[in-house]
Amino acid sequence: MPINILMPALSPTMEKGNLAKWLKKEGDTVKSGDVIAEIETDKATMEVEAVDEGILAKILVAEGTADVPVNQPIALIAGEGEDPKSVSAPASGAPAPKAETAPAPQAAPAAAAPQPQANTVSGDAAAHMSYARVDQAPAGPAQASRPNGASQGNGAGQGGNRIFASPLAKRIAKEAGLDLAPIQGSGPHGRVVEKDVRAAISGGTAKPATAPAATPAQAPAAKPAAPQLASSMGADQVKAMFEAGTYEEVPLDGMRKTIAKRLVESKQTVPHFYLSLDCELDALMALREQINAAATKDKDGKPAYKLSVNDFVIKALAIALQRVPNANAVWAEDRILKMKHSDVGVAVAIEGGLFTPVIRKAEQKTLTAISAEMKDLAGRARNRRLKPEEYSGGSTAVSNLGMFGIKNFQAVINPPQGTILAVGAGEQRVVVKNGAPAVIQAMTVTLSCDHRVVDGALGAELLAAFKVLIENPMGMLV
Amino acid sequence: MTGESMANQYDIIVIGGGPGGYVAAIRAAQLGFKTAVVEREHLGGICLNWGCIPTKALLRSAEIYHYMQHAKDYGLSAENIGFDAGAVVQRSRGVSGRLNGGVGMLLKKNKVDVIWGEASISKPGEVVVTATKKPAMQPQAPAPKGILEPGTYQAKHIIVATGARPRVLPGIEPDGKLIWTYFEAMVPQAMPKSLLVMGSGAIGIEFASFYRTMGAEVTVVEVMPQILPVEDAEIAGLARKRFEKQGIKIITGAKVTKVEKGGNTVTATIDDGKGIQTITAERMISAVGVVGNIENLGLEKLGVKIERGTIVTDGLGRTNIPGIYAIGDVAGPPMLAHKAEHEGVICVETIKGLHTHAMDKGMIPGCTYCNPQIASVGLTEAKAKEQGYDIRVGRFPFVGNGKAIALGEPEGLVKTIFDKKTGQLLGAHLIGAEVTELIQGFVIAMNLETTEEELIHAVFPHPTLSETMHESVMDAYGRVIHI
Repeated sequence: MPINILMPALSPTMEKGNLAKWLKKEGDTVKSGDVIAEIETDKATMEVEAVDEGILAKILVAEGTADVPVNQPIALIAGEGEDPKSVSAPASGAPAPKAETAPAPQAAPAAAAPQPQANTVSGDAAAHMSYARVDQAPAGPAQASRPNGASQGNGAGQGGNRIFASPLAKRIAKEAGLDLAPIQGSGPHGRVVEKDVRAAISGGTAKPATAPAATPAQAPAAKPAAPQLASSMGADQVKAMFEAGTYEEVPLDGMRKTIAKRLVESKQTVPHFYLSLDCELDALMALREQINAAATKDKDGKPAYKLSVNDFVIKALAIALQRVPNANAVWAEDRILKMKHSDVGVAVAIEGGLFTPVIRKAEQKTLTAISAEMKDLAGRARNRRLKPEEYSGGSTAVSNLGMFGIKNFQAVINPPQGTILAVGAGEQRVVVKNGAPAVIQAMTVTLSCDHRVVDGALGAELLAAFKVLIENPMGMLV
Repeated sequence: MTGESMANQYDIIVIGGGPGGYVAAIRAAQLGFKTAVVEREHLGGICLNWGCIPTKALLRSAEIYHYMQHAKDYGLSAENIGFDAGAVVQRSRGVSGRLNGGVGMLLKKNKVDVIWGEASISKPGEVVVTATKKPAMQPQAPAPKGILEPGTYQAKHIIVATGARPRVLPGIEPDGKLIWTYFEAMVPQAMPKSLLVMGSGAIGIEFASFYRTMGAEVTVVEVMPQILPVEDAEIAGLARKRFEKQGIKIITGAKVTKVEKGGNTVTATIDDGKGIQTITAERMISAVGVVGNIENLGLEKLGVKIERGTIVTDGLGRTNIPGIYAIGDVAGPPMLAHKAEHEGVICVETIKGLHTHAMDKGMIPGCTYCNPQIASVGLTEAKAKEQGYDIRVGRFPFVGNGKAIALGEPEGLVKTIFDKKTGQLLGAHLIGAEVTELIQGFVIAMNLETTEEELIHAVFPHPTLSETMHESVMDAYGRVIHI
């Protein structure tokens, strides 16, 4: 019997991924541990290693296929004594999984009655007669996996789309006045179950049901989704506003979906407020020049390190968090986690999106260590080679748009982090010093705070500690 | 997979061929793992050879005997009713033997190797199998053909599925002759005239029921205030009444403090807190629970975490030591075959990297095959209240059910417990004919998170005993029809 290679879950939360590349072709011998394919997840590209040995008999999911659900067979390995040519998918005679797999959800609304994704999967071979749930719950809006080509956005407004939820989940949601549509289901095939609704209620991530559903007398329990307004416009509605042919449709990749989901969640659920401050940079620039000039050079004349202003910003924020420990915290729904170390995320713009890799224990690291680590993380971020654990965690982050000449801006907090620091450009400014005009170098920084974790005065204290370090940078060296 | 060196190498070795172990092995083979099971005595484990299955065969004989004694109630005549204890036992052994052979065939069909002997884990990734030292329980089913000999075997993943054995109370050690465990109780040479059963869990009560039906004077001693301590108090109370009506003597809240053995009798001293009494019986069954088989596996040396006599896992079968897993009885309560099987599958699928979920132990049904049968799932009424639920309770007696009357089984009750606030089915507790076959309806309902509404809307076939389930739900919501 051929061995199914299934779409692996590369992280506990991964529900689907894009099959970026096959590194083995049909007919190749595969040994345990061989890298056979590359999978693009939410944000990273990761390698898939073979567990079984044999001959790669058939590739079921073509290179470049998007949104392949975890556990869907992606290839077959011919077992011992089997003729790879005779191997076909699947062994039990059930309909073969389509190589092109489920349609990318964003293309679905326009396409005529796409094959419901859930059915595609459940119709698979015996490999799926499994206690493991064939989870379809997508990373993005929950209904991407719902049959009948549930559309983008929240789908709640697409009349007639059935929301798969357990009766108990429906009842609890109804009593709490919650709309089920945006809740991501963790049950089989993305079904919304009790714990999802409870989590939504306690986490505040759910939206109240819109007017018609909120009046229980008018909303029959059986079709909670039907009369509701869409919370945001579906693709069809948006497209209707523009003349056909005047735009190009760009499908969403995993990163774009994650950005959309996380930041919508952040702006809708995190009570942001913003604190801005100017920092003088003269001392820092002088020190930086001095340190960089002291770097040893290799035989090509390349210095061993070159500190950027941002490296100082990371270090200063890390030390400031140690000095104001109450601000070094993240929100955890029913409690606050106060961090011992300063783990500082740093936003890295890449083609098609961004990553926020985290410098761990940044308060303990030297500027040169931070600089080297940033260089490595940013490099791998651009190649989408970061491991999920390298861009998760952290109590704060730094977003620096100074290099684009941005004077100041407000960054969106990356939940559950408590703060994020937006850094503007360093520039020469005329200020009044001791009653006389003076020219100084300065930059404006803006701290976005999650008010649940960091109150105004606390945020101000953190920013003040940061300013002291930036303006007296020798403090970072000792 | 080439060369001789691969012969002793496996992806997964399962230690123990009981219901947890052999199911895990088959699932592993289905997922493409090269798999072996190590078994020292009998494929199918206690469940199939000395537990669930052979007792069901014995109880079936008792049930038919009971019907024959009551043939007149059905307009039938049966005279000179009697039994041949040897033949009853032989039938039970035959049932076990047949299923034991079936497990061997299933393993063979799935290309799972069977290594015969006792295993210990010498280091992660290595299992040393030695010849079985434990004397086999007789009669022993023949070992399957094509078994592999003791030796050293390698496996990336080792699953401990060694099951459990009877708990022994100090001073009341079973001797196999006068004081029995379930092993001896299952293969009596002759029916004892009198029997003392210590412990009223499923095992104790099933034997009490069997031997009483076959004519023995039976006394059950339970240390807890109610018999069947894990069951709902109301159901246990009804069961007690029925047992007492059948002539079983029941003493609860009482300890056996001393046992003296005579030539062909046992005299037990029993202290119920109010007074001391002695009971003399021909045989005594010690049925005070089971303990996990954690010894001689090399677990301590490897640092595998053990708590309260069972191996600690993460709910997906993984122990604290990478590459070593545990499932079934040895991985903690409830010590039930169906829990072991389910854990075995979850464990193997976790190894495969499939998206598994730890099972919800609050939804594992329990069945006791005494007369009347008892079956339950979820919270008892007391537990639901203790957990702070505001509850609605539905009850429907078998006497209001047409099929029950037609069967001549009018004694039974279906009790359902709902969360008043959400309509969630929190528990179901049944006593009566065939309720062990009915309970799965409620198990499915709970797993699907149904509320009373779907259960009320569902159409139950008429005439069946299952209608009592429907009516019980309706009773909880004041809509019952037939009482």
